[in-house]
Amino acid sequence: MTELAKLTIEKARDGLRKKAFSSAELTNSCLNAIQEAKGLNAFVHDTPEIAIKQATDADKALGQGDTSSMCGIPIGIKDLFCTKGVASQAASKILQGFKPEYESTITQNLWDSGAVMLGKLNMDEFAMGSSNETSVYGDVVNPWQEAKSNKKLSPGGSSGGSAAAVSADLCLAATGTDTGGSIRQPAAFVGITGLKPTYGRCSRWGVVAFASSLDQAGPMTKCVRDAAIMLEVMSGHDAKDSTSVDIPVPNFESFLTGDIRGKKIGVPKEYRMDGMPDEIEQLWTEGTAMLKDAGAKIVDISLPHTKFALPVYYVVAPAEASSNLARYDGVRFGHRSSLSLGDGITEMYEKTRAEGFGEEVKRRVMIGTYVLSAGFYDAYYNRARKVRTLIKGDFENVFAQNIDAILTPATPSSAFGLGEMKEVDPVQMYLNDVFTVPVNLAGLPGISVPTGLDKKGLPLGLQLIGRPWEEAEMLNIAYSLESSASFSDKPQKWW
Amino acid sequence: MAIDVDTARKVAKLARIAVPESELPKVAKELSGILTFMERLNEVDVTNVKPMTSVTPMELKLRRDEITDGNQQESVLANAPDTKEGFFAVPKVVE
Repeated sequence: MTELAKLTIEKARDGLRKKAFSSAELTNSCLNAIQEAKGLNAFVHDTPEIAIKQATDADKALGQGDTSSMCGIPIGIKDLFCTKGVASQAASKILQGFKPEYESTITQNLWDSGAVMLGKLNMDEFAMGSSNETSVYGDVVNPWQEAKSNKKLSPGGSSGGSAAAVSADLCLAATGTDTGGSIRQPAAFVGITGLKPTYGRCSRWGVVAFASSLDQAGPMTKCVRDAAIMLEVMSGHDAKDSTSVDIPVPNFESFLTGDIRGKKIGVPKEYRMDGMPDEIEQLWTEGTAMLKDAGAKIVDISLPHTKFALPVYYVVAPAEASSNLARYDGVRFGHRSSLSLGDGITEMYEKTRAEGFGEEVKRRVMIGTYVLSAGFYDAYYNRARKVRTLIKGDFENVFAQNIDAILTPATPSSAFGLGEMKEVDPVQMYLNDVFTVPVNLAGLPGISVPTGLDKKGLPLGLQLIGRPWEEAEMLNIAYSLESSASFSDKPQKWW
Repeated sequence: MAIDVDTARKVAKLARIAVPESELPKVAKELSGILTFMERLNEVDVTNVKPMTSVTPMELKLRRDEITDGNQQESVLANAPDTKEGFFAVPKVVE
């Protein structure tokens, strides 16, 4: 039985409270779905014993009247989150065998609210990638296929395993992380909802670091309401992360009225890129019309530094990554290379890192090292940080004109084939994040909502960008967009 | 600015990643491609612009300077590839 696994968090919550089924039954349904879906390569470390134990505990709590929204809800966890006693490898060989002695704050928040862990989800190595092809576990396969084709497609990245698992109904929801689009782009590629909160909304403690000034975790769910429910549980101040902000966490779900009359929605002209497919253009126009019909006011806006966002990102993110990834030295955890006679500690570092890191990770660590090195720091790193200030200023100017949210496409295309981007220039792959990266650079909340299919029968998504700390407002506008688009397509099961 | 093989070798050394001599030309070419892409930033006038240090304006919270954790030697060493007598073990560092 895998029927229950198809439920949303909202529906499952209602069913659990009414005792229509138990968390144990719901969890077993997901575990069966995971067993049948090995061909997707989404779950890479299954934890059925933990799941069954947590489900049993949740059923007890529910029996005693526990009303937590996530109580008894089975979810998947991206491999980037440290989970105590369970492999947490960031999809890298260098963390082979690593079983943390501690739990990340976000996953702890989820377990404290009664959620159930089904296992760890595949991703791009250290969250560096947009196609889930850089993982030590191998590629994740998108559950969606083009009409009348069995070509295997990428689920996007880096949270590709989370995206595939939610889309294929292997779990009710999953955690993701987003440094330049890693929640929103894969969500769009598989027809689900993905939310990146304001920088500082969720604690980064226990989440393997990629680029600390950009990284933010968030929910990947089957609908906007589920994103609101899950975000509330994930959020909150954490003394262990000094960049997590100590402000109240709203009941996000209570803001979902669908009433957006009088809201001002900005449509930035710079996101109309040369060579953008007509279908993306059309999707965007339709989405704009939906919000207008719902009573919002559409305003043309300008974000003049948009075209510099990707080059800024590809300086700042690798620079921070080269510092963060310095800790993988073969001393305290993970892989250590076998050494030859006479090898000293430098050879140990160099061989360990050469063996443990994949090609894309090495490339970014070296770029980061270069832009931070003496003589180039000002020309690259400092200049990029200055342009980042200008990019954030663009958004501040727009929000100063009382714009409530900004509507853009989520991705420049629908899902592409696995392997298709492998041989191209790395910069081509980076262009996937053109609409999502500015949001991370400015620390803003963003959400990707599925709103249609392209001619090939693949899902496409639109992105809403909110004002800082106003995820609730952004979610309500997303909820309105979701209701108008009424996207309900699911991938045909072939796995 | 293009990265030559010597610069690629130096960067690999700084990053402590062993790159075989035969692969250096490929690495140099890839890094050059990425840097060319970054050079678009030179078009921007950044006069009097402050480099971003914190994306969300916030004051760092202070806390009491007290011991809140400790006595976890076993946990700390649990994932180490090599340990000796309660310490991380590494190849000889000084002659």
